[in-house]
Amino acid sequence: MSAGVIERGTAASRIAGFGVAAIILLLAVAPQFLSAGAVDRMTALFIYVILAAMWNALAGFGGLVSVGQQVFFGLGAYFAIRLANAGLNPFVSLFVSAIIVGAVSWPISLFMLRLKNGEFAIGMWVIAALTHLLVNLDRLIQGETGTSLISLNVYDASMRRVTIYWLALGSMAALLAILFGLLRGSTGAAIRAIRDNEDAAASVGVRVTGTKRLLFVLAAFGIGVSGALWLATSITFQPKTYFSVQWTAYMIFMVLVGGIGTFEGAILGALIFFLIETWFGGAGVWYLIGLGATALVFSLLLPRGLWGTLEERFGWRLLPVGYRVRLAAAAVDPAGETASSAQTKTHREKA
Amino acid sequence: MSLLSIEDLVVRHGLLQAVRGVSFTVERGETLALVGANGAGKTTLLRAIAGAHQAASGRVQFDGADLSGVPSHERVRKGIALVPEGRRLFVQMTVEENLLLGRTAGRPGDWSVERVLETFPNLKSRRHAKAGHLSGGEQQATAIGRALMSNPDLLLLDEVSLGLSPLVVDRVYASLQGLISSGTTIILVEQDLNRALSVSDKVICMLEGRIALAGESKNVSRDEVTKAYFGLHRAGGVPA
Amino acid sequence: MMNQIVQGVLLGGYYALIACGLSFMFSVMRIINLAHGSLAVLSAFALWLLASRFHIPPFLGLLVVLPLMAVIGWALQRFLLERSARGGALLPILTTFGLAIVIDNVLFEQFGADTRSLAPFIGSLSYDSWEWPGSIYVGKLAVIIFIAAVLLLGGLQLFLTRTGLGRSIRATSEDPDTAGLVGVDARRANAVAAAIAMVTVGLAGAFLGMRATFDPYAGATQLLFAFEAAVIGGAGSLWGTLIGGIVLALAQTLGATVHPQGFLIGGHLAFLIVLFIRLYTSGLGLRGLLGLASGKAS
Repeated sequence: MSAGVIERGTAASRIAGFGVAAIILLLAVAPQFLSAGAVDRMTALFIYVILAAMWNALAGFGGLVSVGQQVFFGLGAYFAIRLANAGLNPFVSLFVSAIIVGAVSWPISLFMLRLKNGEFAIGMWVIAALTHLLVNLDRLIQGETGTSLISLNVYDASMRRVTIYWLALGSMAALLAILFGLLRGSTGAAIRAIRDNEDAAASVGVRVTGTKRLLFVLAAFGIGVSGALWLATSITFQPKTYFSVQWTAYMIFMVLVGGIGTFEGAILGALIFFLIETWFGGAGVWYLIGLGATALVFSLLLPRGLWGTLEERFGWRLLPVGYRVRLAAAAVDPAGETASSAQTKTHREKA
Repeated sequence: MSLLSIEDLVVRHGLLQAVRGVSFTVERGETLALVGANGAGKTTLLRAIAGAHQAASGRVQFDGADLSGVPSHERVRKGIALVPEGRRLFVQMTVEENLLLGRTAGRPGDWSVERVLETFPNLKSRRHAKAGHLSGGEQQATAIGRALMSNPDLLLLDEVSLGLSPLVVDRVYASLQGLISSGTTIILVEQDLNRALSVSDKVICMLEGRIALAGESKNVSRDEVTKAYFGLHRAGGVPA
Repeated sequence: MMNQIVQGVLLGGYYALIACGLSFMFSVMRIINLAHGSLAVLSAFALWLLASRFHIPPFLGLLVVLPLMAVIGWALQRFLLERSARGGALLPILTTFGLAIVIDNVLFEQFGADTRSLAPFIGSLSYDSWEWPGSIYVGKLAVIIFIAAVLLLGGLQLFLTRTGLGRSIRATSEDPDTAGLVGVDARRANAVAAAIAMVTVGLAGAFLGMRATFDPYAGATQLLFAFEAAVIGGAGSLWGTLIGGIVLALAQTLGATVHPQGFLIGGHLAFLIVLFIRLYTSGLGLRGLLGLASGKAS
């Protein structure tokens, strides 16, 4: 028992590491071979992955369920419009805007993180509703009429499309890498401790609020990037569309279906959502009913989501963010190969 | 037929076995004292009888009926009432409201708010006070009164003297004496060995989830119980 | 000015009505039901359907809809909330949010995007008014809603303090395990509480439909109003909800006089200001704000 071997990855996860690099490389050159429509769809997928990963960072790792994350999506687009209007290069505006969103989220966190569970969830919704109304007051936006990111029109359409594609791919890869790094580092230990038992974590000196604040600001920044990128792909900005609670509904759907609190689950959820949207998006209101019902059913019957369930059942790990403790006996036992998965304890129990 | 019969009862808290195969019976009108060190499984055993914990295996039979899977509120209806450790009053409700809650199960009987107040005169002036504002003795009296309001056949008392001054403990036990002589069946967990032995007909000493000693209270010596208490007792103990 | 204050106070009665079910469910089951507003809109649509299709006037329609809402509340607790609450405090948020999306879109599928109102079915009541001294005109409907709110809150208060079932519900909300040990069926108490909460939601939905218009996606706004009124008022007793509703309505009225689009902004700001003051002066969480026990008796 005492001489356990602590490992971070499995053979599968090392292969997965190379796989991720290969996939990103492949995606980077993909626009050469894809139609314009496909490039746009892939851009949307990258944005969905960011949204899912960021909501998961907040809810799955920080224990903060928010139904008001559309506030950062809307603000990301709004600040980008404002910055571009002030003469900043539109592409640069997208990222400066996200930084401003992250900065704005910090004072909000001071206040909102004092609320718990449902109060936090719906309190964020109030913040989103209020922000939406305040943005409507801006004369540049012209209320619900909205405005456009006109300065983007000086670029050639196909060049614009591919640039946004790359920006979205780069943002997704960078944000996932940041999240992955966070979860593996010392903050990751704190995050897991909080997820397992917040009070116990606080009593052994884990900086609970500080860690949650970090996740809150990261999620705001990431969702701000998504909002700005979405604006770049669609050019027009109507506050009602961007500050819609629908965005949070999508995030919740993706994370619930994929697997809340698992790094891979959010990505899987985004992929599933993307496919469902591609196939059934045309079904209109039934599509939305289906999304809501699926989220409902998953929360009741499969709260760990697809990835969480698979991981639990088969011990799958591709991108290890937790530690696994392999018992020494299993490690030296030549016949322990088959038994090792059963004896492997992961420290990833959901709270 | 015994009023209560426990057969090979096992209760787990997660992976931990708190009660590991306990069997005994209690006859109608008897008073049984459960003693043992902290963590010996006494509270868990009482709570399992009351239905607050589900048994992992074994059986609890009450009045001839198997209680497996019967939730706690229905056990109250069948005549089992627990005065839980730490009293667990509803602190935002008044003394009277706490007492009236005991009547929820709707068992017929003599107990009423008035009679509880007669039995525990210290509560009379506190009838409309919030339970959270009571002294320890008043809280304990309310908790016992709340259990009595369901007119139980079997009363389970978990450390009713905990945290009370000796004078108040005397008063609580004086009122219990009245219950015992009126024929109520009682199982009580008590840290004070002398008191446990003097008030009860039978005594069971628990050690690490098992029965280390069981006997008639008048026949066991204080010394024997003390040995069983610390695991020094051999004869009569259940082998591990 | 006086006129606006009177109108604001009366509007506060409606907010108290929509808020009391939300805060009741929160105080008993510790669940914030995100489908709260959508269920109110569902009730409004049900009454609209009865009135337009079967010519049953809304006040009569309540005899059908309110029992239906009670059944919905009971089923909601038994089949959804009870199960999801076992998975922790976060899961019910997601479950009820999913439910809200389903309800909103099913209503949209059935009734389309048109805004509806129950006003055409209540005759002159929708525009009749009394003249009060100082040439203040108060709508009869607004007064009826306010009186209904006061009666409902008072009735609920009496029910909770004077009846066995009410005591059982309060005991369950304080400590469900111990409630079971004294003979209370906690599951039943919760289901009854949910049924009662949904009856108040049904009533609120009816008044929403009579005093204004609604559409399938109106639930979100009503949820926010309910939440804000509950938190602003949160002094513990149900009467706090009435005060919360009035403060919210007055803040909205004030907002509207400052800026044409200031109605909603005023309400949201009042909510945040009250929340800010409470959080930084009491040091308690919202549970403290709503006057609930922060710990169990032990």
